[in-house]
Amino acid sequence: MTKDLRSPLPGTFYRRPAPDAPPFVADGASVSAGDVIGLVEVMKTFHEVKAETGGANIRFALENEDPVMAGAVIATVD
Amino acid sequence: MTDPSGRTLFIANRGEIAVRINRAARALGMKVAQAHSDADADMLAARLADVAVNVGPPAAKKSYLDIDRVVAAAKGAGADAVHPGYGFLAENSGFADAVEAAGMRFVGPTGATIARMGDKVAAREAAASAGVPTVPGSAGRIEEPEALAAEAARIGFPVMLKAAAGGGGRGIRVAETGEDLARLAPQARAEALAAFGDGGLYLERLVRNARHVEVQVMGDGARAIHLFERECSLQRRRQKVWEEAPAFGLRPEVRDRMCAASVRLAEAVSYRGAGTLEYLYDPATEEFFFLEMNTRIQVEHPVTEMVTGVDLVAEMIRIAFGAPLSLRQEDVRLSGHAIEVRVNAEDPSKGFLPFPGICSRLQAPPGVRFDTMLYDGYAIPPFYDSLVGKLIVHGPDREGAIAALRDAVDSLLIEGLPTTLPLHAALARDPDVAAGRIHTQFLEPWLEANPLGPSGAGGGDTR
Repeated sequence: MTKDLRSPLPGTFYRRPAPDAPPFVADGASVSAGDVIGLVEVMKTFHEVKAETGGANIRFALENEDPVMAGAVIATVD
Repeated sequence: MTDPSGRTLFIANRGEIAVRINRAARALGMKVAQAHSDADADMLAARLADVAVNVGPPAAKKSYLDIDRVVAAAKGAGADAVHPGYGFLAENSGFADAVEAAGMRFVGPTGATIARMGDKVAAREAAASAGVPTVPGSAGRIEEPEALAAEAARIGFPVMLKAAAGGGGRGIRVAETGEDLARLAPQARAEALAAFGDGGLYLERLVRNARHVEVQVMGDGARAIHLFERECSLQRRRQKVWEEAPAFGLRPEVRDRMCAASVRLAEAVSYRGAGTLEYLYDPATEEFFFLEMNTRIQVEHPVTEMVTGVDLVAEMIRIAFGAPLSLRQEDVRLSGHAIEVRVNAEDPSKGFLPFPGICSRLQAPPGVRFDTMLYDGYAIPPFYDSLVGKLIVHGPDREGAIAALRDAVDSLLIEGLPTTLPLHAALARDPDVAAGRIHTQFLEPWLEANPLGPSGAGGGDTR
């Protein structure tokens, strides 16, 4: 069974805390509820996106810097 | 050759300033081509333009900030000139050069002037050599920690650590003591390197209770004039929220000195177009110190237009087409007092959380200037600045302008989203604001002491 991790906010999605930093979560990694999986930039302010639920083998539906709408799926986990 | 009438202006910006530039272009009889990202196809400026040109994906980096794409779009639209607005590529010397190299006119100064005045240290040097006072600070950029300590001791604490390539308040730290300096310098250097790709720092004395006063200049490359000054001390997180013209409580001699100094600097760098010299004003000593020059039209330019009657955006376009300044210094006269407040799509009751919602209904008070990109049913995209409009009032004096502002704020209706209007309603009734007891550090403690109630998110009245 897969579970969706969604964006609470609209804006621009970032997988990394800084352009030259590694991603918050690598593809295929496991995450726990509350883990930061990315940032959403809304009108020039940055907000952390936390996983609402944990799971294994994370697969991102968005690329770094993709636009995202509120409620859109950012990633799925098993 | 110098007549912009019938020519095409490409607007390389979005939001309210694109609408404002469109209005100036129309007043000059120009055609308008408007840049827009995928997220901005239905913005007001795109609807008002003769041609709307897609310049890429929502992320500004891939659209409004992509020099090659923007220049190609302007060229493809047959533009004769490009207006950069503010923000985005407005102060990018490479963009100005690329526009000119592609055979179009850049509405602003030359790339060389932008580069020179955009470097804080070079700008201070230019100011000093034009006889414009600067804040006591380090002679240039400093790389060594030991040199920082020695310079700070010479300048006198408290000092501010600033990024040589910085802007918008980023990378600024205050050191009260030598220990503070030793602790904060590595952080400031790392942040400057990350933000600007340049870790160079400089030091400046911190003036307590300073006001932010800035002078509007306009040049044609040979001659420059000033259009008096603006007061912009009410700031939150170093972003202006309320601006006035002229600055209050300035003795005529002080105003004359500040404006004359600004013209000297503008002429010393052969300035072309609209520019602003920002000063730190110490009301206790009546000293003013040059901070930096913004080589573009400013967000708050309307207050200057309201007290001088000059259309700054139209004038800068005329100058870009090779016309000399249309005004002599003695033609520019101050009339009354103007105030602008910035209406942002933010919820003041929730720490100014941005709210990119849908404006279900807009009703602006008749006879009051409201520069905006909003229209009924407009969905504000989340990808850009939260500024959705600027409410601008004029009165015979400051008291009259504040009274007009109270009325205008109370009768401006923006339904469907929370805005910063409740902040302005409260500031317009504040006795310290009315008495001019404000400075650049005034607003944040004031917000702590005067928490604002919820505004009308979700369709209510924003009052």
